[in-house]
Amino acid sequence: MKDFRVTPIRNGTVIDHIDCGQALKVLRIIGITDGVRSTVSVLLHVPSKKDGWKDVIKVEDRELDTKEVDKISLIAPKATINIIRDFNVAEKFNVKLPDVVKGIVRCGNPNCITNMNEPVETEFIVESKRPIVLRCVYCDRIQEDVAERLV
Amino acid sequence: MSFKGADVVSIRDLSREQIEQVMDLAERLVPYATGEKCTKAMDGKILANLFFEPSTRTRLSFESAMVRLGGRFIEIAQPQSSSIVKGETLADTIRMVEGYADAIVLRHPHEGAARLAAKYSSKPVINAGDGAGQHPTQTILDLFTIRQQAGGIADKNVVLVGDLKYGRTAHSLAEALGMFGANLTFVAPPLLQMPKETIKHLEKSGSVPRLSSDLAEVISDADVLYVTRIQRERFPDPSEYIKVAGSYRVDNVLLREAKKDLAIMHPLPRVDEITPEVDQTENAKYFQQAFNGVPVRMALIMLVLGGEL
Repeated sequence: MKDFRVTPIRNGTVIDHIDCGQALKVLRIIGITDGVRSTVSVLLHVPSKKDGWKDVIKVEDRELDTKEVDKISLIAPKATINIIRDFNVAEKFNVKLPDVVKGIVRCGNPNCITNMNEPVETEFIVESKRPIVLRCVYCDRIQEDVAERLV
Repeated sequence: MSFKGADVVSIRDLSREQIEQVMDLAERLVPYATGEKCTKAMDGKILANLFFEPSTRTRLSFESAMVRLGGRFIEIAQPQSSSIVKGETLADTIRMVEGYADAIVLRHPHEGAARLAAKYSSKPVINAGDGAGQHPTQTILDLFTIRQQAGGIADKNVVLVGDLKYGRTAHSLAEALGMFGANLTFVAPPLLQMPKETIKHLEKSGSVPRLSSDLAEVISDADVLYVTRIQRERFPDPSEYIKVAGSYRVDNVLLREAKKDLAIMHPLPRVDEITPEVDQTENAKYFQQAFNGVPVRMALIMLVLGGEL
């Protein structure tokens, strides 16, 4: 019998090809905290056919929505999402950084109007996808350390 | 392209043709701005001037512009007396004011405030400066003054001197001048030189600026010298400030090396970066530049409100 390090899941989401070392941040982004009732498996530093090494996350009994997937693309742009239903891959897609990022990153400019308690969602134009560079639609400021400022 | 109902938030939102349209109308409006001719083009219209930060030239020139056009204005000139101190959000203030006026002029201490106001207002919003951010009407009046004084912008040698790093109006002006095909020279101490991002943006649009830290070295072929203030607080050591500020001072000795018809500009207020003796020369154009704020703002108000002369 084949010896699995982590067993296949019946229903849920497998996030594969996460940039090595980013898995714990991805967990934070998708809101996996103490209150989770299903099993979550995190594999760090796993050999990858594509890229040498990768991280993998398996979340049982939960399917990610687009907004969560967009967030992941900010720190793990090569990640793939596999939706598992009854042990089979029902859907598979790559995370895709959208051209406009709304409501998931705070502006790094402390003097930006979006950091002032106004009833407004942040909005950024994606200037570059690799490396990720965003520009605030409001204050025009270029943002580089995006992972530090996820909402 | 029609401007009617449009917001003027950032100079980057405007095409070269649109900026030219504003300048052409401003030129026609000069005799109205001086009071030589009268117009009722904005009769019955109300402009709301919301100044949440102190301003002299911008506020007065917007007020003068609206009155010269036969319109009226309402204003918040002292934010201490307004609902902002009671904790009202800008989004709420804007939605209230749009009910009282036909267009809104906004000066605000926070970057991006005008973009936010434009999102909430169904009436046109003109950005009159947001924090260290955009100040598009200043950029247009600077371009207008250069065009007027140097007889054009393309191929003119424009030298920007002073604090080019932190003054974002200097970045906007440089980008706009690049778009119009001016030859640019940036003169600043290395600590305050134009940011790489702006230089990259210029190079992408085909303009390669010359960088220098010595004003005397580049003054001889300049058509326009645009001076900005070097702020004392940028220097931790006061003696270093005095040394640096002194080496960028414009005086009559420096002007001996300059072209006869060099135009000297400054967004004002100046402190001591241009000595008073220069005011008497034909080269001093900074008060003309301040006046040009009126016809340029008249043109913008007319364009966004759709008036006819």
